[in-house]
Amino acid sequence: MAKYKNHILVCGGTGCRASQGEEIVQNLGKVIEENSLENEVQVVRTGCFGFCEKGPVVKMVPDNTFYVQVTPEDATEIVSEHLVKGRKVERLLYTDPETQERVSESKDMGFYKKQIRIALRNCGFINPENIDEYIARDGYAALGKVLTELTPEEAIKVIIDSGLRGRGGGGFPTGLKWDITRKVEAEQKYVVCNADEGDPGAFMDRSILEGDPHAVLEAMAINGYCTGASKGLIYIRAEYPLAISRLKIAINQAREYGLLGEDIFGTGFSFDVELRYGAGAFVCGEETSLIHSMEGLRGEPTVKPPFPSESGYKGMPTNVNNVETYANIPVIILEGAEWFSSIGTEKSKGTKVFALAGKVNNVGLIEVPMGTSLREVIFDIGGGIKDGKKFKAVQTGGPSGGCLTEKHLDIPIDYDNLLACGSMMGSGGMIVMDEDDCMVSVAKFYLDFTVEESCGKCAPCRIGNKRLYEMLDKLTEGKGTEEDLTLLRNLSNVIKDTSLCGLGQTSPNPVLSTMENFADEYEAHVRHGKCPAGQCKSLMQYVIEAEKCIGCTLCSRVCPVDAITGDKKEPHLISQETCIKCGACYEKCKFGAISIQ
Amino acid sequence: MADIKLPAGKVEELKEVCKKLGNEGGELINALHAAQELFGYLPAEVQELVANEMNVSVAHVYGVVTFYSFFSMIPKGEHPISICMGTACYVRGAEKVLDEFKRHLDVKVGETTPDGKFSISCLRCVGACGLAPVVTVGDKVYGRVAAEDVKGILEEYK
Ligand SMILES: Cc1cc2nc3c(=O)[nH]c(=O)nc-3n(C[C@H](O)[C@H](O)[C@H](O)COP(=O)(O)O)c2cc1C
Ligand code: SF4
Repeated sequence: MAKYKNHILVCGGTGCRASQGEEIVQNLGKVIEENSLENEVQVVRTGCFGFCEKGPVVKMVPDNTFYVQVTPEDATEIVSEHLVKGRKVERLLYTDPETQERVSESKDMGFYKKQIRIALRNCGFINPENIDEYIARDGYAALGKVLTELTPEEAIKVIIDSGLRGRGGGGFPTGLKWDITRKVEAEQKYVVCNADEGDPGAFMDRSILEGDPHAVLEAMAINGYCTGASKGLIYIRAEYPLAISRLKIAINQAREYGLLGEDIFGTGFSFDVELRYGAGAFVCGEETSLIHSMEGLRGEPTVKPPFPSESGYKGMPTNVNNVETYANIPVIILEGAEWFSSIGTEKSKGTKVFALAGKVNNVGLIEVPMGTSLREVIFDIGGGIKDGKKFKAVQTGGPSGGCLTEKHLDIPIDYDNLLACGSMMGSGGMIVMDEDDCMVSVAKFYLDFTVEESCGKCAPCRIGNKRLYEMLDKLTEGKGTEEDLTLLRNLSNVIKDTSLCGLGQTSPNPVLSTMENFADEYEAHVRHGKCPAGQCKSLMQYVIEAEKCIGCTLCSRVCPVDAITGDKKEPHLISQETCIKCGACYEKCKFGAISIQ
Repeated sequence: MADIKLPAGKVEELKEVCKKLGNEGGELINALHAAQELFGYLPAEVQELVANEMNVSVAHVYGVVTFYSFFSMIPKGEHPISICMGTACYVRGAEKVLDEFKRHLDVKVGETTPDGKFSISCLRCVGACGLAPVVTVGDKVYGRVAAEDVKGILEEYK
């Protein structure tokens, strides 16, 4: 790496690639050659920088200038101005929304200030397709240390003392799980990485695999040494082609370097990793289903105990951990348990990665210490609510979690606090909602998901969730009754108490939490046949206020079904029969003349 | 069941893949991924073939194929359209976009237009939440799609 004077890091995460990240890399390469700089400047595709809202992101090293929303056409100017003349391209710098000043380094941006990066330490810094860059940042040093200096018991003790808990949702103490797997006697044991990431709207695990695949491989090998397993399996969603390809490259490079395979570091320890593909079933994120799926079966869960640590893949002891859990391991081994446990709250140590999305200004991937408040995440890091609207709710924990509201904003985020407010940590999806979101519809959205994803093995989940969905649908049609509300609550509790696996046991949470926190909204739907947010199509209509309409014809041009009529400079009219309530006109009107009734 | 009308070359290729997987039932899902890659979808004939090669019953294969949403038993359109229905896209209006696609093409989710050109499916989070709502047509990703953009997107492929 040393021979280049400058590096240009281009985000190669899925989000930025979808907005022409690849073309940027190619154009930069071309322009650099045209300027005969190819021996001085290297263009590197990295993992996700996190600031997806402002992507594609390009970072200049060594001066750390951070360019946002770069297009392929900007390549010429970046090279001719920044590299040749040494002048920053002002117009590509991030503008602080409050001060309106240009900010050139990420450390000075509100989005990054409160973040601490442990699991994401290498994402956006290294080329994930080059093992040397990982090694240059202390990669595989933790594996070396564990294999040559520590016994499995000692290494597990470090993990136990660090207080690390599973990041896949449940929050089970990781060291303890390893110790259980270690103690079971068996001919063959397995180490599994759960990369199924089924929560819709969450992309933490994928970003780690895309940006730092070796961290996960290294941690799995450490886990193998500690538990006595020689085989590792990564169960990854087939919908993640980029992560799969980077993992394949990483596995091959690690094998070439002797960091996977037989007799690693000459210690006699052997460990290898293989990939297994998911096929689009959310329930396969549950560990017993995941194991069945790896065995080529339908991914249906089974009752625990026995836990996978005792009897898992092919009936052998199997240690299942989440991607982000693994990503923390090498750092903990190198920096020590004390360092790790000094970050976070009393019972939740370290950091948590969240995929912040929805109606928030700075959508992206963030990592904050446990104990950070929701307010800091949404307003300081997330930059507040989009389009100056009012904050209404934040959903954590995906389909298993709940919707929290204004009054929860100052609670420090950790496993136990979120559970106590009726939500959960989950894997780290965090969706922000504003005044325009109808909470009954949101609950219905999650139930729709659950109904589709329920494996159907047990009746409470298979049938109960369907009934919940139907009742919610009735409410959004304005046909709900008071009795439905009671029924909704009772049935939710029955499903929670009697379902076989975690999916059914948590699926009513979105319903219960919205009923608890937004009771008035449910009542408005039932008693007054009104949707206060104006989202439920059966309960609203778009109307043009004649006094405000100047007849600019913009609305009639965007309407996809020609429901709007009116002459130029005359007030327009929406035909309620033809209107499909898509809201296109409402969003386009510059005069606020269209209202929801 | 229907006579096998599958292209012989692809059948051989699939048999080869199954052999590499050890013709062993535990590798069924990998075999089905390969089969879908080769044939584009998994009609009954392909399922029978996989069952034979992997030494499991056809019923078992059918059970697995229908369990996982990634596997499809009907051919996709020439331009498969996927609308992301992850939560982030949902709260930014994905449902309205989906409705527009359905209305223009007059097919439901999971169906293909009679001329075989377009098919609509929903997927859960492509992970480009910064671009929500997201639509993909084939390999092309469209970000920040609004209902009124739908017509234009379809025009590109007509
Ligand atoms: C319905 C359901 C879905 C789950 N999905 C995931 C997932 O996508 N990723 C994950 O790591 N864990 C998921 N889990 C949790 C796993 O069962 C398991 O607890 C976890 O992988 C253990 O790893 P950890 O201790 O490192 O968190 C899910 C659990 C349930 C009940
Ligand atoms: S709770 Fe739902 S997903 Fe879990 S076993 Fe029962 S039916 Fe299947």
